[in-house]
Amino acid sequence: MTTHYLVLSALLFTIGGIGVLVRRNAIVVFMSVELMLNSCNLAFVAFSRMHGNLDGQLMAFFVMVVAAAEVVVGLAIIVTIFRTRRSASVDDANLLKY
Amino acid sequence: MGEAITFWVLAVVSVTAALGMVFSRRAVYSALMLAVVMLSLAVLYAVQDAPFLAVVQVIVYTGAVLMLFLFVLMLVGVDSSDSLVETIKGQRFYAAIAGLGFAALLGLAIGNVALGAPKGLAEVTKAGNVPAVAELIFTRYVFAFEVASALLITAALAAMVLAHRERLRAKPTQKDLSRDRFLTDNPAGLPGPGTYARHNAIDMPALLPDGSVSPLSVSPVIARHESGAVVRPTDPEMVKSYVAAARERDAEEESMSLTREAEAETPGGEKEEK
Repeated sequence: MTTHYLVLSALLFTIGGIGVLVRRNAIVVFMSVELMLNSCNLAFVAFSRMHGNLDGQLMAFFVMVVAAAEVVVGLAIIVTIFRTRRSASVDDANLLKY
Repeated sequence: MGEAITFWVLAVVSVTAALGMVFSRRAVYSALMLAVVMLSLAVLYAVQDAPFLAVVQVIVYTGAVLMLFLFVLMLVGVDSSDSLVETIKGQRFYAAIAGLGFAALLGLAIGNVALGAPKGLAEVTKAGNVPAVAELIFTRYVFAFEVASALLITAALAAMVLAHRERLRAKPTQKDLSRDRFLTDNPAGLPGPGTYARHNAIDMPALLPDGSVSPLSVSPVIARHESGAVVRPTDPEMVKSYVAAARERDAEEESMSLTREAEAETPGGEKEEK
C-alpha cells in the first residue's frame, strides 16, 4: 500500500511542478508550490507508517509550520508587488533583470 | 479493504482536483480546487494512523492558508485571469515534456524499490497518537520546535512590515468625501442593484423611472458576463442601455467638462475665503 501512496504523492508533485512552470499568475504559482509541499507530506506520512516510527509525521508537521510562514511572507510580497505594478503576473515583475 | 477503497476514491478526486487547479483560468477556482486536494489529503492522513496531522491539515491548511489565499485574491482582484499569450516561445510544450519526464522518472524510481509491508504505528503510539507526537516534539525535536516558533514570529513581523503602507497624504475627512461626491455625476450615490427589478438578486440591474435599465447599478465584477477580462453583459436590455449611455456620454462630454470645471472652482474658492 505504501507504493500506492508514493505514486499518488509523485503525481501530485509533478502536477504542482507543471503548475509552477506553466501558470503566470503569481498566486496560482504559489498554490502550485503549496501542492508540491503537500504531496511531500503525504510521502512522509506513508514512510512513517511503513517504518513504524513517528519521525516522518513530525517532519510533515514541521513542513506545515514552514509552509505557513512561507505563505504569509510570500503573499505579503505579492500584495506589495501588486500595489506598485497593479498586476499579479510573474512576467511583469522583471525590473531586477536590467 | 476499507483503506484501499478510500485510497482509490480520494486518489482520483485529488489528482482530478489538482489538474483542475493548474488548468482552470480563474484563480478563485484554483483556490477551491486546492481546498479539495487538501481535504482529501487530510482524510488520507487520517487513514494512515496520523489523526493529529489530519486535524492540523484541515485547520492550518484548509482553514488558515487557503483563507489567506482567498483573501489576497479578493484584494488583488478576482477577475485577474491569466492571458493565454506565451511570453517564452514553446514554454507550455517544454513544461509538459519536463512534467511527463519527471513523472516517468519518479514512477520508475518508485517501481524499482521493493518496499516491505507497513509496520504500522500501533507499537509506538500505545498511549495514543497525540501524546506520542507531543513526547517526540518536546524531547528529541525540542530545538526544531523552538526554531519553528521563532520562524513564525519572524514571518508574522515580516508580513506586517511588507504589507504596511505609509500614509502619504492626510486621511480624507467627511467634508472632503462629500465634496468629492458632489463633484461627480451622481451626488446621491449610485443606484442600488435591483431596486425596481423583478428579482432581488444582486446582479439584477435597477430600473429607472422611465422603465429603462440602469447600467450604473451593477458592479462590473458581478455583472452577468462571459468568463474573460472584457465585461460583456448578456442581458439585451443591459447592452442597449450601455450603448445608449456611451452615446450620451460622448455627446455631453464637452458641456460636462465645462460644468465640472466650474463646479471644481466654486468649493475651492469658498475654502480660500474661510
